[in-house]
Amino acid sequence: MQAVSPYRDAVDIILEEGGDPLKLCYQCGLCSGICPWNLVRSFLVRRIMHEAQLGLVDFEAEEAWLCTTCRACVERCPRGVSIIDVMRATRRAIVGLGIGPVPDSLRITMKNISAMGNPLGEEREKRVDWAKGLEVKDFSEGTELLYFSCCLPAYDPRGQKIAQATASILKKVGVDFGIIGAEENCCGESVRKAGNEALFQSLVQSNTAVFSEKGVRRVLTTSPHCYHTFKNEYHELGGNFEVIHYTQYLAQLIQEGRLTFTKEINKRVTYHDPCYLGRHNGIYDEPRQVLQSIPGLELVEMPNYRENSLCCGGGGGRIWMETKKGERFSDLRIDQAIEAGAEVLATSCPYCITNFEDSVLTTGKSEALEIRDISELVQEVI
Amino acid sequence: MSMDERRIGVYICHCGSNIAGPVDVAEVTKFAAGLDSVVVARDYKFVCSDPGQELIKQDIKEHGLNRVVVASCSPRLHEATFRRVCQEAGLNPYLFEMANIREHCSWITEDHGEATEKAKALVNAAVRKVYYHEPLETKEVPVKPNVLIVGGGIAGSQAALEIADSEHQVYLVERTPSIGGHMAQLDKTFPTLDCSSCILTPKMSSVGSHPYIKLLTYSNVEEVSGYVGNFKVKIRKKARYVDEDKCTGCGVCMEKCPYKADSEFEAGLAKRKAIYIPFPQAVPNVPVIDRELCVYFKTGKCRACEKFCEAGAVNFEQEDQIVEVEVGAIILSTGYNAFDPSPITQYGYKRFDNVFTSLEFERLCSAVGPTSGKIVLKDGTEPESVAIIHCVGSRDENYHKYCSRVCCMYGLKFSHLIKEKTDAEVYQMYIDMRCFGKGYEEFYQRLSEEGVNFVRGKVAEVTDRTINEEEQGKLIVVAEDTLLGKIIRVPVDIVILCTALEPQPDAEDVARLFSVTRSADGFFLERHPKLDPVATTTDGVFVVGCCQGPKDIPDTVAQASAAAARALAMISKGKVEIEAATSVIDEELCAGCKTCIMLCPYSAISFDEEEKVSRINEALCKGCGVCAAACPGGAITSRHFTTEEITAEIEGVLV
Ligand SMILES: Cc1cc2nc3c(=O)[nH]c(=O)nc-3n(C[C@H](O)[C@H](O)[C@H](O)COP(=O)(O)OP(=O)(O)OC[C@H]3O[C@@H](n4cnc5c(N)ncnc54)[C@H](O)[C@@H]3O)c2cc1C
Repeated sequence: MQAVSPYRDAVDIILEEGGDPLKLCYQCGLCSGICPWNLVRSFLVRRIMHEAQLGLVDFEAEEAWLCTTCRACVERCPRGVSIIDVMRATRRAIVGLGIGPVPDSLRITMKNISAMGNPLGEEREKRVDWAKGLEVKDFSEGTELLYFSCCLPAYDPRGQKIAQATASILKKVGVDFGIIGAEENCCGESVRKAGNEALFQSLVQSNTAVFSEKGVRRVLTTSPHCYHTFKNEYHELGGNFEVIHYTQYLAQLIQEGRLTFTKEINKRVTYHDPCYLGRHNGIYDEPRQVLQSIPGLELVEMPNYRENSLCCGGGGGRIWMETKKGERFSDLRIDQAIEAGAEVLATSCPYCITNFEDSVLTTGKSEALEIRDISELVQEVI
Repeated sequence: MSMDERRIGVYICHCGSNIAGPVDVAEVTKFAAGLDSVVVARDYKFVCSDPGQELIKQDIKEHGLNRVVVASCSPRLHEATFRRVCQEAGLNPYLFEMANIREHCSWITEDHGEATEKAKALVNAAVRKVYYHEPLETKEVPVKPNVLIVGGGIAGSQAALEIADSEHQVYLVERTPSIGGHMAQLDKTFPTLDCSSCILTPKMSSVGSHPYIKLLTYSNVEEVSGYVGNFKVKIRKKARYVDEDKCTGCGVCMEKCPYKADSEFEAGLAKRKAIYIPFPQAVPNVPVIDRELCVYFKTGKCRACEKFCEAGAVNFEQEDQIVEVEVGAIILSTGYNAFDPSPITQYGYKRFDNVFTSLEFERLCSAVGPTSGKIVLKDGTEPESVAIIHCVGSRDENYHKYCSRVCCMYGLKFSHLIKEKTDAEVYQMYIDMRCFGKGYEEFYQRLSEEGVNFVRGKVAEVTDRTINEEEQGKLIVVAEDTLLGKIIRVPVDIVILCTALEPQPDAEDVARLFSVTRSADGFFLERHPKLDPVATTTDGVFVVGCCQGPKDIPDTVAQASAAAARALAMISKGKVEIEAATSVIDEELCAGCKTCIMLCPYSAISFDEEEKVSRINEALCKGCGVCAAACPGGAITSRHFTTEEITAEIEGVLV
């Protein structure tokens, strides 16, 4: 019998976050069975829940940092245990109380966000460089929609294409929208999952302040992660604005007849449901509606789709951490797409795009499969 | 002693340490003794015991008590007991009041000081209220000596036979063309493994031929009115289009009928015709024509069945019949519905050919089933391995929270049948093995000896995506073996889903029709889970079998006999007492607005068109008080819960 953990405070944090449902866990192991890690290595979520119940969590283990918060387990858990909250609490205890190691790359990312407002450590002033030449206006009082690009599309060369595509579509349709720029900060979704609650709270503070000062009522996001945290977490902390994911918005524009297509894409396309759009927020239909309305496009499904989607590996702060070769879920997902006969793997999340681009490159499958954001496909046909 | 003088006796029960633990009973007794009009106050270990009851009776006589308060448990448990005590001592039973200082106080209040204070407040309230109680006269109504039973599964059949054997008329209404219910679909039954048909068929035919059972199959109850002892019931007997008296059951019509649909009885694994008998042992053994499917009803052509029927029994002109009966008691035995696992997409039901539900598998095992009892894959080959997945839709927040109680056991039964008929390896994927009944643990042990593999873990996925040679062409069952702490992938040929037993899809409508309530899980609610398990909150209506909750055949049959005994007790007494604490309308004050009529949940109020006032039928009234609360003119009084009494009670709690 192992001694009860010496970190009583840490254990309390976990028990509080896990709440009553954690006590209800009957150790059936469904979470382990469903967890994508077990496709590439052993990761017994069930055992971690038991350790949490008993207060025996190992704060020094690598396992504390594995969960991608993809929600596959939570979705199915027969006892309604908020497994992600327990994982997050473990990390919160490690970061807050300094009782275990934090992976280096994650530590640096958090530092960047704290200092520069973005994970890449780029200058604040360059946040809207992606929009150069597109004549996108600055957001001001009265502008209908704020476009919040997310940090990767703001700075990363691959990501910028997504932001540019989205802005072009909005302009073409004639939507009244603007962007903010230097005063904007990272939404902090991954910060919170990485256990840095203090930093998350300060990001919420400064973003909410900027939004309300500028009179933002409606925010359009590219990333499901920004969407999720704005919609579900900012509101709890006092944020008061409507959030809409761009796939929802495009579906609406198409339905209203405001967005029409002039060209075709004659390709077989499969759609990857990002965890934070699908399982976390139940948005499965709109992205498919957008794809299916593109002339010529044939939509095929992979074995894991909708509620059963397979995580790309980038959630829960994992996007900032190194995942060993052979353990990347995105590699498996690429194979699923190719097996399904798709020429294009479309998705609607900058993290997924990053991971998939990386996978086709490192596994030499760039020829076989194109990785595209839905916004990019739409831009191509208007 | 003037007539109006109140002489109240108060009895504080210890209930062992249930009350006396947290509540200082001596202090409460002292407090009670000091209350207005209280002549005697005592505390006692168990007031409900014989000596406790004696104590009250003696005090009534010696101290001339004319009001009694007992502070103990819930009135649901012992109000009847203490009312009887009063009556036996010559006091009107309605001059009694109960204070609940157990469920409402000692069990839920941790702090001893607070518990004692609360007990005092509750006692004070009861004393003040009893002050205003008036004697009420209980009335008796005669009981119709017949019983209606709804649902002809094993539960309904058993109850029908018990009652009919005592030479009382039973009307048994079954909505499908034959009685038998789910038990008729089963192959063998745990734990004894006797053949289900062998033990059921004799019962079914007794039901069919019993002189005291009027069997109404292919029928629905449409309307129920009246009250305990005197229910009026309207039944729709749907047209079968086959004359039950002429039909010889020869079956030629079914041979000749050119149209087919999935057989409900075979769980969709085989076809039946548009004119069909659901299964060979059906009672009555008379076919019915499925109007939706029959081509004659669609196009006006065919009539093949009619042409070949030598008995001339086919009659396309037949119409639905309305049968009206009057009964003293009603037994609901409408059974369960098998959960459809298709929403659990990861288990692949309907996506993979060889994923079966448990009822489908029962049919595969049956010698008269679609495969003549051969356990085979859809392509006809024998399985090399089979996985049995437990708790599909049970014990799961996302579907049904409750345990379905029979799956562990029929899962074991399946292992045995598979082992007996094939050389397949069997895997039981379970969360907990629940083998609680008589002979059940022994059955579990026997199956363990037969070499079944037990894997503790809830299955995450059934997939056809293989990762090695060995898995080729198989279904892969993925789970964590939580005892090993390892993810395992079990390649199998057949997957059986042990699906939950859930309430019938129309349980809500049936509950409304018969005025019974349902528990949170949707099954019909019994009056008391331990002490009154087959009665409901509506007098004269009983529930038995799986419509009250998942259970096995032994428990179902035991309940059926219990309900039969309860119904017979009512009938043989010939009369029932009805609630005296009913509502009355002061006709002088009634403005005839009919608000009460619309609100009354028991349809006990009617309107006198001549006098333009509402009237309450006391036999129907349950004294719920809704009308009294709603009457805008204050014309209705709820006896035993008058404004005076309730105000006094509230004051008692507050001061
Ligand atoms: C796969 C499986 C295997 C099982 N194996 C065993 C076993 O081996 N041993 C064992 O002890 N138990 C077993 N059981 C449990 C067993 O099936 C039940 O205990 C039993 O069937 C319950 O009988 P019942 O009469 O309450 O309900 P049911 O069998 O469901 O009968 C209800 C009847 O009421 C009728 N009805 C429903 N609604 C209405 C209505 N509104 N009006 C008129 N009629 C209506 C239905 O048509 C049906 O005929 C098994 C269950 C399953 C699912």
